[in-house]
Amino acid sequence: MRSPLLLAAALCLSVNAASAQNLLIRGGEVHTGTDAGVLDNADILIEDGTISAIGTNLTAPSGTETLNAGGKPVTAALFTGVSAIGLAEVEAESDSVDNRLADLHDTPMRPEFDVTPAYNPHSTVVPVTRVEGFGFTLLGASASDSIIAGQGQLVRLDGGYTSFAGDKVLFITIGGGSADKAGTSRAAQWMVLEQAMAEAKRPSRQGEPALLTRLGRETLKAYTRDGTVVFAVDRASDILQTLDFAQRHGFSAVVAGGAEAWVVAGALAKANVPVLLDPLANLPNSFDSVGSRLDNAALLHAAGVDVGFSGAETHNTRKNRQMAGNAVANGLPWEAGLAGLTSVPARLFGMSGGELSAGMAGDVVIWSGDPLEVTSAADAVVLSGKVDSMTSRQTRLRDRYLPRQSDLPRAYIKP
Amino acid sequence: MIKPLLRLVGAALAFCCTPALAQPFPSTYQPLPSEPTLISNATILTGDGQRLNDASLLMRDGKIVWVGSGETPAGTTVIDAEGRWVTPGIIDVHSHLGVYPSPGVSAHDDGNEMTSPVTADNWAEHSVWPQDPGFSRALAGGITAMQVLPGSANLFGGRGVTLKNVYATSYQGMKFPDAPHGLKMACGENPKRVYGSRNQAPSTRMGNVARYRAEWAAAQSYMRDWEIYDIKVSEGDKKAKPPKRDLKLETLADVLKGEVIVHMHCYRADEMLTVLDMAEEFGYQVGTFHHGVETYKIADELAEAGVCGALWADWWGFKMEAYDGIQENIAIVDRPENGCAIVHSDSEEGIQRLNQEAAKAMIRGQRAGMDIPEERAIRWITENAAKSLGIADQTGTLSPGKMADVVLWSDNPFSVYSKADKVFIDGALLYDRADPALQPVSDFELGQLQEAQ
Repeated sequence: MRSPLLLAAALCLSVNAASAQNLLIRGGEVHTGTDAGVLDNADILIEDGTISAIGTNLTAPSGTETLNAGGKPVTAALFTGVSAIGLAEVEAESDSVDNRLADLHDTPMRPEFDVTPAYNPHSTVVPVTRVEGFGFTLLGASASDSIIAGQGQLVRLDGGYTSFAGDKVLFITIGGGSADKAGTSRAAQWMVLEQAMAEAKRPSRQGEPALLTRLGRETLKAYTRDGTVVFAVDRASDILQTLDFAQRHGFSAVVAGGAEAWVVAGALAKANVPVLLDPLANLPNSFDSVGSRLDNAALLHAAGVDVGFSGAETHNTRKNRQMAGNAVANGLPWEAGLAGLTSVPARLFGMSGGELSAGMAGDVVIWSGDPLEVTSAADAVVLSGKVDSMTSRQTRLRDRYLPRQSDLPRAYIKP
Repeated sequence: MIKPLLRLVGAALAFCCTPALAQPFPSTYQPLPSEPTLISNATILTGDGQRLNDASLLMRDGKIVWVGSGETPAGTTVIDAEGRWVTPGIIDVHSHLGVYPSPGVSAHDDGNEMTSPVTADNWAEHSVWPQDPGFSRALAGGITAMQVLPGSANLFGGRGVTLKNVYATSYQGMKFPDAPHGLKMACGENPKRVYGSRNQAPSTRMGNVARYRAEWAAAQSYMRDWEIYDIKVSEGDKKAKPPKRDLKLETLADVLKGEVIVHMHCYRADEMLTVLDMAEEFGYQVGTFHHGVETYKIADELAEAGVCGALWADWWGFKMEAYDGIQENIAIVDRPENGCAIVHSDSEEGIQRLNQEAAKAMIRGQRAGMDIPEERAIRWITENAAKSLGIADQTGTLSPGKMADVVLWSDNPFSVYSKADKVFIDGALLYDRADPALQPVSDFELGQLQEAQ
């Protein structure tokens, strides 16, 4: 069903323009995610893919498609957290996985590794995720031999080839889990990072060992002008080192993981560094995270730290919604729970959207109930004003096998 | 339940076979002290499909006395549970707590004996680290019993053990009294990858099946040797020499005798049907298929064979055999008469929230048009789980005479906001959300950052 549209998108190289739609969503319990709060029985008008008005009894140009929200909760489309959606079809099949850099033996660090050219919007994971109300993901990079993992970017899950938003983001991993990537010591991790920063400013002399290629130096240097760098780091002391490192080198830091972030919440708030965390992480999975606790998000929020959610596996990032719900169950205000799935990541990584107000992208979800509740589901998903078919490979498998009898083999049932 | 065993042994079965030794490493678990307790005014899900509104439940001497309404003896502690819900203790049939504990340091990597595809002589209990902080987190999620299994690298991974979720200095103090052992087996990608990558057998699915069958055939011979020996002894042959004990084949023979329950990691529908045919060939019963992301394709066949499916609500895609996962899997497996659907975790995170996992599966079933109220869905993590582990006569439902394994929830447990307020195991209050004195802390966590705050 979507393929003609995608073809059109490919031809004009801008899916946003191709799929931009007009749509009137009638009568929702609209959670704006802004100071306007919750609007009961409100309409949302989307024109050319962008929200043009929110209010009661809106009128739309004749012929505008209408979707009735029936008083149900309506939010901006959600954020999956960092993932490899469109970069990993089956995690265990390396031929289908493109978010990892491995076995490049010539130069130790490759900040220029950028996963975005490998993004495949036709991955089955895209619609599987989208039909659950998720509209954007942050493509992550990982590297098996370097604590500088490479670059990713926010991408909207509208099926477009070029649906990226915001600037590129650099990923760096710090801590015990990365010991074998840099001298088996986290002290060595800071040592090589400082060397890389020095190289970015001034190339190694001939004959000196180099960590970076010329392109790598340029890439890293560009981030020193307030570029967004996501540090995967859990231990409180490592988070403080991260804040210092980022500040000295001009990075705009984001902490991902942050199992012990609550311990240094004040420092994070002072440095205005947000945390993308997994609210279900409450076990000392390693010596980096002995301080894990369920109210990490609540404590950080109370200290004034922006909290977003991340940490689900690529194929199951729809769990991010359940994760936010658990954060709320453990003390985070409900509005902050929704913000961690919407406005916080959108703002952080530079996407229009994440809140429902005029001028924002027309990325809207109508929910069967409380969007943070496990017994709710997305009833309708709208991206750039386009109403999703709500089908995926999984819904089609379901519909093939749901009938209890089949005269012909199931292969003939093509729902 | 158990299919007719080897025909040829006939009457010999009555008094027979394999070393008639007392079970080693016996349970030393004793219920902790309890006081008579009445929970009143609750919404009670009994675990066997019933829902009682504004109902009460009496526990005494570690057992459930009555559910609904009845007499309350003087001196009973009364908990007014108005607005709150009560369920049986939650049971996870697939856990690696203790064998893959937190912290997941290399020294704790005790769940998979990846040195041979057949390690049926390995017992998961001998790897259980009783100080795993995961036990306390699971308790806060209402878990009162769990089966700890070996991993899935091997065709025959070893024996699983069912534990009461009660901290003890050693696993014997946690062992669920009289629970049968499980035998962990594995289909598909894991065994063939682990051994195939070393250029050893099995490296293919047909190699997997060939080796299962060779082992089952050996187990039949082994059992027969012991039967012949037993007959000789019973006939007064004083020179009869016992066969040499083989601990691997002993485990398999115990399966053939129906004393150990097969728990088989298997994702694909076709492989599960192969396994059912193999069980027919060798005369054993498969207890439960675990993971089974394609179980929805064979729900009727499974129900007919009396086999449970222990499944995830939504995991999929991490490997090829998990590619066809759908969120309606559990509900579809639950649909046939005699369907035995179970929500399992296989995760130290998931075990803490099996109620939420069941809620997700329930809602997907409802949205697909199936009538699945809470009282039906709760069976997936209580009664059916107990059945799978062979302990349904002792726990899993709120029935008079059964162990008083009970959870009092703050709210409808099929909600992300619901929490276990109190957890009773054999009538003893062992977790209270409002009382730090009743929140256990493992040795490992004592004095660490987490415990210190």
